[in-house]
Amino acid sequence: MKVLVPVKRVIDYNVKARVKADQTGVDLANVKMSMNPFDEIAVEEAVRLKEGKEHHAAGTADEIVVVSIGVQQAQETIRTALAMGADRGLLIQSDTDLEPLAVAKLLKAVVDEEKPDLILMGKQSIDGDNNAVGQMLAALLDWPQATFAGKLVIEGGKATVTREVDGGLQTLAATLPAVVTVDLRLNTPRYASLPNIMKAKKKEIAMKAVADYGVDTAPRLTVQKVTEPPKRSAGVKVTDAADLVAKLKTAGVL
Amino acid sequence: MAVLVIADRDGDTVRDTTHKTVTAALKLSGDVDVLVIGQGSRAAADAAAKIARVRKVLLAESDALSHQLAEAVEATVLALADGYDAVLAPATTDGKNYMPRIAAKLDVAPISDIVEVVSNDTFTRPIYAGNALETIQTADAKKVITVRPTAFDAAGEGGSASVEAVAGADAGKAAFVSEEMVKSDRPELGAAKIVVSGGRALGSAEEFHAVMDPLADKLGAAVGASRAAVDAGYAPNDYQVGQTGKVVAPGLYIAIGISGAIQHLAGMKDSKIIVAINKDPDAPIFQVADFGWVADYKTAVPELMTALG
Ligand SMILES: Cc1cc2nc3c(=O)[nH]c(=O)nc-3n(C[C@H](O)[C@H](O)[C@H](O)COP(=O)(O)OP(=O)(O)OC[C@H]3O[C@@H](n4cnc5c(N)ncnc54)[C@H](O)[C@@H]3O)c2cc1C
Ligand SMILES: Nc1ncnc2c1ncn2[C@@H]1O[C@H](COP(=O)(O)O)[C@@H](O)[C@H]1O
Repeated sequence: MKVLVPVKRVIDYNVKARVKADQTGVDLANVKMSMNPFDEIAVEEAVRLKEGKEHHAAGTADEIVVVSIGVQQAQETIRTALAMGADRGLLIQSDTDLEPLAVAKLLKAVVDEEKPDLILMGKQSIDGDNNAVGQMLAALLDWPQATFAGKLVIEGGKATVTREVDGGLQTLAATLPAVVTVDLRLNTPRYASLPNIMKAKKKEIAMKAVADYGVDTAPRLTVQKVTEPPKRSAGVKVTDAADLVAKLKTAGVL
Repeated sequence: MAVLVIADRDGDTVRDTTHKTVTAALKLSGDVDVLVIGQGSRAAADAAAKIARVRKVLLAESDALSHQLAEAVEATVLALADGYDAVLAPATTDGKNYMPRIAAKLDVAPISDIVEVVSNDTFTRPIYAGNALETIQTADAKKVITVRPTAFDAAGEGGSASVEAVAGADAGKAAFVSEEMVKSDRPELGAAKIVVSGGRALGSAEEFHAVMDPLADKLGAAVGASRAAVDAGYAPNDYQVGQTGKVVAPGLYIAIGISGAIQHLAGMKDSKIIVAINKDPDAPIFQVADFGWVADYKTAVPELMTALG
């Protein structure tokens, strides 16, 4: 089975995003960038499918292809995935941040070429917080989707996925090929070992341009402004319960 | 311009997330229809028909729709889409699951999790874990939007819309297997007036419930948790408050043994009053707390229980 994992280079999750003074966006100059945390989980699961870790049979996956759409430096993100155990990478270079619809169309073109049996991807990128690309890709391909996966079992040509939903858990069986988007509880991603980082340097990363795919990536959305949300300020300290309860009563919330 | 709102059904009724989405829809158009989906949803459709200013309720019944399967919801809505300029759903896990799928089929850019309708084609939404708000204008003729319920007031009752049956699609290539829902008599997290949330400090599932449940019961509150508490198995996944969990904005939010990472703040910083109980005076949660109590929860929570009487 071939697994495709789309990964995005985003602001590191430990960094607090700062809005630019001219309200055109978020300041990313000299900010630490990393692989979207959910995509790390997707890569980890793909590697486990290959290794036969946890409940997966060894060799469930035999090839893992990682694809990123983004700036030149997104190669580093792909390299990280290769060091975790993915086999090869593809970077579709774009200097502008593409909208989920355009990303989904490009990924569809990649799928048409690569013909994977399973697409594992993050449920959400932590910059745009869209939570959209996986579902859109599934729709464009006319494939089933299983989003927000907390558990994945591949067996009998199906992906059986336990999904984290409001109210609890829902289990679906999706006929392969399918798109699975992953949630936080699926696994804990590994740190790549030094030998694997060295090995990853020799793995192939194919370079393409958006134009190579001939799909319509024209933006549909115009950002009018990006502003800072209203700030909350620290209030007062209380030292005992009676004081706290009195203050909550005064505030009208008890 | 007519707008279709996909209801968030809850047995024989609809959740107030539906009423809040109707409020957002009414800012786009006076012609708002509500689609209620799922086998045996007649009573829920009748409940939706009572939402003030709703024009018409559409009822689509099939087993696949009962489980909110994305492929079935997509096919059902696509068959209706010609009649609408916008489709809105609450940004619940269901809405987030099927709305982008509908958008892709309509070849439009989905707009996720709006907190404000600026005009017919312009919306505001949080990005970067709520550290920024973007105002975006769409060029698409048809709009596919999810709405953050906590950002809108609930539409009132008193409507008397008609209910009309429409075709409900069957399952596609993904089939429902089972579900495990958390049973609770407490209010739902998203709708509760008071939320008490526990973090990693609680240390075990037993301790989490021993400390949080009596406090929640005393306050009539819902229980939430940080990611760390959920990851460690102290609380079910459905309790997670934050950037990638639930967004809540109750009148009172009490964070117990939670440090206040940006991802957590993203889910609760719009609460009216925030209380933090944490033994570390430098915990970032204190920067957003109206009332901060530097204390060990092991002594603070019992004291609080007594003071509440
Ligand atoms: C992609 C991604 C998404 C995420 N999404 C979310 C999300 O949606 N929601 C979320 O919550 N987090 C999320 N996180 C995780 C987040 O970054 C933090 O790791 C998490 O919120 C920490 O949980 P915590 O505050 O319970 O634990 P900790 O940060 O470990 O804090 C525990 C706190 O308890 C205090 N404490 C310890 N003992 C006591 C005691 N006896 N009495 C009182 N106080 C005590 C400590 O001082 C400390 O401040 C996400 C992270 C990533 C990478
Ligand atoms: N530019 C990109 N390149 C590769 N994958 C992406 C890109 N943008 C989004 N994705 C994938 O889509 C998922 C959901 O992203 P989003 O819909 O933007 O929140 C991410 O977790 C990635 O797996």
